[in-house]
Amino acid sequence: MSRQYLIRRLLLVIPAMLGISVLLYTVLALAPGDPFSELAANPAVPPEVAQALRTKFGLDDPVWIRYWRWLIAMLHGEWGFSFQSRMDVDRLIMQRLPTTLIVIGAAQLLAILVALPVGVLAGTRPYSIFDQIANTLAFVGFSLPTFFTGLLLILVFSIQLDWLPFVYRADIDATGWRFYWEHIKQSIMPVMVLGLFQGASLVRYVRSSVLDVVRLDYVTTARAKGIGERKVISRHVVRNALIPVVTLVALQMPIVFGGAIVTEQIFRVPGIGSLLISAMLANDTPVIMAVTFVFSCLVVLCNLIADVLYAWLDPRIAFR
Amino acid sequence: MAETLLDIRGLKTWFKTDDGMVRAVDGVDLRIERGETVGVVGESGCGKTVTARSVLKLIDMPPGRFEDGQILWQGRDLIPLPQDEMNKVRAREIAIVFQEPMTSLNPVYTVGDQIAEVIAQHQKLNKKQALEGAAEMLRLVNIPNPQRRIHDYPHQFSGGMRQRVMIAMALSCRPKLLIADEPTTALDVTIQAQILELMQEMKERFGMAIMLITHAMGVVAETCQRVTVMYAGKVVEEAPVRELFGSPRHPYTQGLIRSIPRVDRAATHKERLEAIPGTVPSLLEPPPGCRFAARCRFVTEVCTRAMPTMKEVSPGHFVRCVL
Repeated sequence: MSRQYLIRRLLLVIPAMLGISVLLYTVLALAPGDPFSELAANPAVPPEVAQALRTKFGLDDPVWIRYWRWLIAMLHGEWGFSFQSRMDVDRLIMQRLPTTLIVIGAAQLLAILVALPVGVLAGTRPYSIFDQIANTLAFVGFSLPTFFTGLLLILVFSIQLDWLPFVYRADIDATGWRFYWEHIKQSIMPVMVLGLFQGASLVRYVRSSVLDVVRLDYVTTARAKGIGERKVISRHVVRNALIPVVTLVALQMPIVFGGAIVTEQIFRVPGIGSLLISAMLANDTPVIMAVTFVFSCLVVLCNLIADVLYAWLDPRIAFR
Repeated sequence: MAETLLDIRGLKTWFKTDDGMVRAVDGVDLRIERGETVGVVGESGCGKTVTARSVLKLIDMPPGRFEDGQILWQGRDLIPLPQDEMNKVRAREIAIVFQEPMTSLNPVYTVGDQIAEVIAQHQKLNKKQALEGAAEMLRLVNIPNPQRRIHDYPHQFSGGMRQRVMIAMALSCRPKLLIADEPTTALDVTIQAQILELMQEMKERFGMAIMLITHAMGVVAETCQRVTVMYAGKVVEEAPVRELFGSPRHPYTQGLIRSIPRVDRAATHKERLEAIPGTVPSLLEPPPGCRFAARCRFVTEVCTRAMPTMKEVSPGHFVRCVL
């Protein structure tokens, strides 16, 4: 992979981020309601005061001026102030982001760890018993929405068996091993729900990709080398089969984050997904803007990683 | 020179499909002596490639299946051989070059790595030594700048160059037999001649036998000592190359030879290039009798009743025809 390719990809991120922020800001500006619309409905606040406040914060200026102000502030590292929580938006997000990243990261890891071996094994033995079982389970897995499996798991493991807590707590008052153990215990269900849902569709991608590659000529060439079936699969099939899968995983990232919002809501995970929902309910525009922007940053970042991985897996890409 | 390397006896490789058994190779006998070049000719779909891949057991099973027969490699039958034993034969004793150089190399590894992989596997060398060996092989097949080219990817090579890489890879463990499955079909004419010349040169250097699968009779005339003509999964004629071109006995062989375009004849005679009428019959439940009967101009009633047997018409010249 050439350094040029990497730099080119990195530079492309800048216009992408700018475009996304313009779009987000405009859509949010068009949406009804802002932090002060509550004031207008509050009889304790005289209309003149509310209007003075609106003018002071520039809420009635044209959209492009407000966007410009927002952009300048962002470039200075000022994310705004949450009227709802009475604290800076960046602090609010930094409180919530790690939880979300850990849950989503662990779920994606679980998905890949399950999907890769199962998909490869199913793809190299098409229509075998293993393949049929894997296929059926995958179908079931991605047909069931996370809000259903989530509730089901809560019902079984929290209410019936009482093994796992069903409310995610950020304020665990323990230290050392117990602290981590409690965290792991409360993460198991959200991670399983998200991970297995992702893993189920990933299994099908990996399987069909492996099936495509196994019939190619160079795999026969590899067999003719006498290097043994295991090396043929691991070196000549898996790597080539992963190329389209990487793209698909990257394209799925927005869905993953969307799914995380739902899952966070079910398990009461104090991540940025639940922050987004409460901000929306409270018309807390600076927070909504910041959280959606963080989500888009994460999606762009995942795409960047996918592009780099893609070029590493397939040397033909970086040469173009 | 009477050491037989490969002796295929009555090989039947069948494929199970939804419509029934396809008898792609249906009782083929083929012998290759040490250091000899044997041509296997016949039109598309006659079972040449399946025969070649059967020797290295590169047929997907299922749907493929060895129904009957033996593949004797230096006296040892390869068909019952377990995978790991078979892997010691592959590349080290029998190597293969495929028809499509554009797709036969893995696009994500450098050609050096791909050649070194074979060398490292069979010669117990470390990676650096194997890569050294790969560069040496590229030099042998006349690829300029081999030390630099080993770090290039297949898409940086032209079709002819890739076929040279394939030959280099195939010969890197000094096999006793090289199976070349239509190695020049996908290349343009000038490159074809270069690749054939290269194979000839390599043969003189390493002294391996070659099983050359082709449908170009001209290529056979130039390079082979013996020729086996296949038709619809069966061998129909086998003879030393001069004998075959001088006095072809099977009507199919005669047709193949007549269908070679000839510049001199077309110029002097008002003659059209002759094609064999019809197409290869279905290999699904073939009818009894000679498989060529439907397209044969000399067909008699005897032909459709039973499959003719191979008979020796002159020393070393066998033909499966009642004529």
